[in-house]
Amino acid sequence: MTNPAIGDLAQTQPGTSLWQDAWLRLRRNRLALVGLIILLLFIFIAAVTPWIAPYGYAQQDLELGAAPPSAAHWLGTDIFGRDLLTQIMFGGRISLAVGFVATAVALLIGITWGAIAGYMGGRVDAVMMRLVDIIYALPFMIFIILLMVVFGRNMLLLFLAIGAVEWLTMARIMRSQVQSLRQQEFVEAAVSLGLPTATIIRRHLIPNALGPIIVYTTLTVPSVMLLEAFLSFLGLGVQPPETSWGLLISYGAESMEEYPWLLLFPGLALTLTLFSLNFLGDGLRDALDVRGAKD
Amino acid sequence: MLKVQHLSVSFVTRLGANKAVDNVTFSVESGKITAIIGESGSGKSVACCSLLGLIPSPPGLIEGGRALFDGKDLTKLNEAQLRKIRGRDIAMVFQDPMTCLNPYMTIGDQLTESLRYHQKIRRTEARRRAIELLQEVGIREPASTIDSYPHQFSGGMRQRVMIAMALINEPKLLIADEPTTALDVTIQAQILQLLADLQKRRDIGILFISHDLAVIADIADQIVVMQEGKVVETGTRSEIFHNAQHPYTQRLLAAIPTGGKEIASPESESLIQIRDLCTWFQHSNAPVKAVDGVNFDIYRGEVLGLVGESGSGKSTIGRSILRLVNVTSGQIIFDGLDVTALRPHELKKLRRRMQFIFQDPFASLNPRMTVYETLSEPLLLHRIENRSTVAASVLRLMDNVGLARGFARKYPHEFSGGQRQRIAIGRAVATRPEFIVADEPVSALDVTIQAQILELMRELGREYGLTMLFISHDLAVVRQLADRIIVLQAGKVVEQASTRDLFAQPQKAYTRQLLQSIPGRGLLKGDVAGG
Repeated sequence: MTNPAIGDLAQTQPGTSLWQDAWLRLRRNRLALVGLIILLLFIFIAAVTPWIAPYGYAQQDLELGAAPPSAAHWLGTDIFGRDLLTQIMFGGRISLAVGFVATAVALLIGITWGAIAGYMGGRVDAVMMRLVDIIYALPFMIFIILLMVVFGRNMLLLFLAIGAVEWLTMARIMRSQVQSLRQQEFVEAAVSLGLPTATIIRRHLIPNALGPIIVYTTLTVPSVMLLEAFLSFLGLGVQPPETSWGLLISYGAESMEEYPWLLLFPGLALTLTLFSLNFLGDGLRDALDVRGAKD
Repeated sequence: MLKVQHLSVSFVTRLGANKAVDNVTFSVESGKITAIIGESGSGKSVACCSLLGLIPSPPGLIEGGRALFDGKDLTKLNEAQLRKIRGRDIAMVFQDPMTCLNPYMTIGDQLTESLRYHQKIRRTEARRRAIELLQEVGIREPASTIDSYPHQFSGGMRQRVMIAMALINEPKLLIADEPTTALDVTIQAQILQLLADLQKRRDIGILFISHDLAVIADIADQIVVMQEGKVVETGTRSEIFHNAQHPYTQRLLAAIPTGGKEIASPESESLIQIRDLCTWFQHSNAPVKAVDGVNFDIYRGEVLGLVGESGSGKSTIGRSILRLVNVTSGQIIFDGLDVTALRPHELKKLRRRMQFIFQDPFASLNPRMTVYETLSEPLLLHRIENRSTVAASVLRLMDNVGLARGFARKYPHEFSGGQRQRIAIGRAVATRPEFIVADEPVSALDVTIQAQILELMRELGREYGLTMLFISHDLAVVRQLADRIIVLQAGKVVEQASTRDLFAQPQKAYTRQLLQSIPGRGLLKGDVAGG
C-alpha cells in the first residue's frame, strides 16, 4: 500500500481542493461566466480610462450642446457638450471603486467581528452583537447626512460610511456560520491539539465559512453601487465636477424627455454591471453549495 | 410473495451512468424474514426503494428486470398505482424514527392518516384501531399516549410507533431499512424481538436491510449478501453462517467482532485518577447531570473500555479529561497534575501528551486542509519539527497509519471513511502522546473497515506504548481491544471489571442486560467459526 520510493512532498499527486472543485463547477455555468467576463472588462476599462478615453474629462464643445449619438461622439454629448462615453467611463471609475472598496471594508470588519463573536460566544458574543443591533437600528440616511455635515463631503468618507453600514449583515452571517462550525469535531480536534484561539479562527473557521460570505459579497457590491447612485441622486454623494453613474442618471432623468440618451446609456452601464454581479453571485452559490459537492 | 428478478437500477449523472443495482435477483416469502446484507454503497437500499418508486428519478432509472408482487410487476406500474400499493400492501420502516415522523402532528393523527386514505373509514373507528396497534407494538397506555407528539417519545418508542404506522393497513410485506441502527443495544434487542414476534403473529413477509450480519443473525430466515450492486450469495441463515461460499461473505463473517484480546500483565501504576467527577450542563431550569460523581483509575499502558448507552455520559467523561468541556466539580489527576485546575499555557503543554480520536471521520477533519497540512499542524505547533524537517516526519506518520504516501496532498473529501479515520488517528498520534481518548472511533464505519481500524489501533497502541480510553456503545467491539471495562449508566459507574471477568461473571443486572442485548451473541460464543 505504501510507496517508500516517494521521499518528499513534491513527488506526490496534488489533490483537488474544494475551491478548485467549485471553480470547475462555476466554469460550466455559462451565465455566471459571462457575468464574470463583463465585470472584469468593466474593471479593466475603469483602470485604464485616463489613457483610453476618447475625449478629455473636462473637454467641452459648447456649440454642439446636447447631441444624439454620432460618429464623433458614439454615445452623444450632454447639455454642456461633453462626450457622454467619456463621462460614463470616468463615472464608472468612481461607482466601481465605491462598490468594491466599501464592500472590502464591510468584509474586513464583518468577517472579523462575526468570527470572534461566534467563536467566543457567551458574554463577548452578547455585547458584540448588541452593538451590531444598535447600529442596525440607526436610520441609515440620517447617519450618512450627519457624517457629511460633520466631516464635509469627501469620497473617502463615502466609502467608509457605506462600509460601516454594510458590514452589519456580513457580521451576522459570519457569526451564524461560525456558530454551527464550532460544533464540528474538526474544531474540537484543533482545540485538543492545543492550537491558540486566533489560529483556530483563522485556519479552521474562516476558510470554511467563506462560501456564503462570497455569495453575499457579490450581492453587496450591487447594493452598495445602488446606494451610491441613490446618494448622488439626492445630492449627498459624489459632487460635480466629479461624476458617477448615479449622478449621470440623475442629470439624465432631468432632461429625459428632450435627450433620452443621457438617461439611457448611464442606466445601461449600471444595469449591466448589476446583472453581471447577480448572475455571478447566483453561479457562485450553486458552485460553493456543499450539498452539491461530491462527498 | 415478492419475486425480484434481474433488477438493474442506474443513477445517470453528468459523469455518466452509475450502476447502483446490477442484475439482482431475490425473493421474499410470506411468513419469512429475508435479510439483505451489504456495506454502504452496496445498493441494498436502492434495490428495495426502487421497487416502491421511492428513488429520485431522474437521476435514478430502473433499467431492467421484474419485481413480481401479487402477480403484478411493480416496475411497470405508474405512480398512482404504486401509491395504492405503498402503505397498504407493502409498508416501510426507516432507520431514523425522528426524521420520519412529522414533529407537528400527534402520533394518532399520523397513524390514522394513511388508514383513512387507504380504507376510507370513520375517524373514531380509525382511532380505535390505532390504539389497538400501539398496544400490540408495546406502547404503554396507548389510549392516552396516542395524542402525544413525536418528541415526547424516546428513540425506541418512536421506532415502535413507526412500526405501528407501517402495520396499520395490514400489509403483506414489511420492508425495514436498517430499523435498529440508530438505537441503543438494549433497545435494538427489543425491536428485533418485536419484529420477529409480529412476523409470526401476523404471518407477513419482512425484508430486512442491514449492514450488520450480527444484527440479523438471530432473526433472518433467508440472507442475501450484496456487494457493489450485485448479489454475491444467497442462502438460508445456517448456510450463510456455517457454510459461506463467497469470499466476501466469509470476510463479512470474519469481521464480526468475536473473542477478546490477550490481556496484558496488569500494571498498578495509575496514569489518570478520576475522583468525584461531575460534569453538568446548564439547562433552562435544572442542570443535566451528564456525569455524576464518577471515580476510577486508568493504569499506564492499559486500554480501558468505557461502555454505556446514549446519555450515559461516556463521551462527556472523555471530553472532560481533555478539558474539551468544563468540569463542574471533582478532580482529574494526570500524572500528578490536576487537569481541572490548569491555566491555558499549562494546558497547552499537557495537550501534547493526551489526544482525542473522534467518532465521525467526515466531521473531524477540516475539509479545506490537505492530509499534509492536517498532520503537520500538531508537529509544528508543539515544535516537534520545524518547517524544513516536517515533511519527512509526516510521510513517516502516513506509513504508520497505513496511508499511501502519494496521498499527502489530497483533501479529506477524496478519501473513504476508513481512510479518513486513519488520517484522524495519524493526527492524534503525531505528537507521540501517552494517552488517547477514542470516542466511538469505528461506529461510523462499515464492518470490514471496522476490523481494519481496530487492528491499526491495536498495533499503534503497542508501538507507541499508549494508554487508551476506548469509548463505545458496542460491547463486542470493546471486548476486542480493552483490558478492563467500565459500565456506565445515567452518569454513574455501574460496574468495573477486567474484560474477561465482566463477560464471564457480570455482577450487576444492567451489565447482564447489556450483554444479552449484543446482537448475534450466538456467534460470540464461537459456535460459528466464520471464514
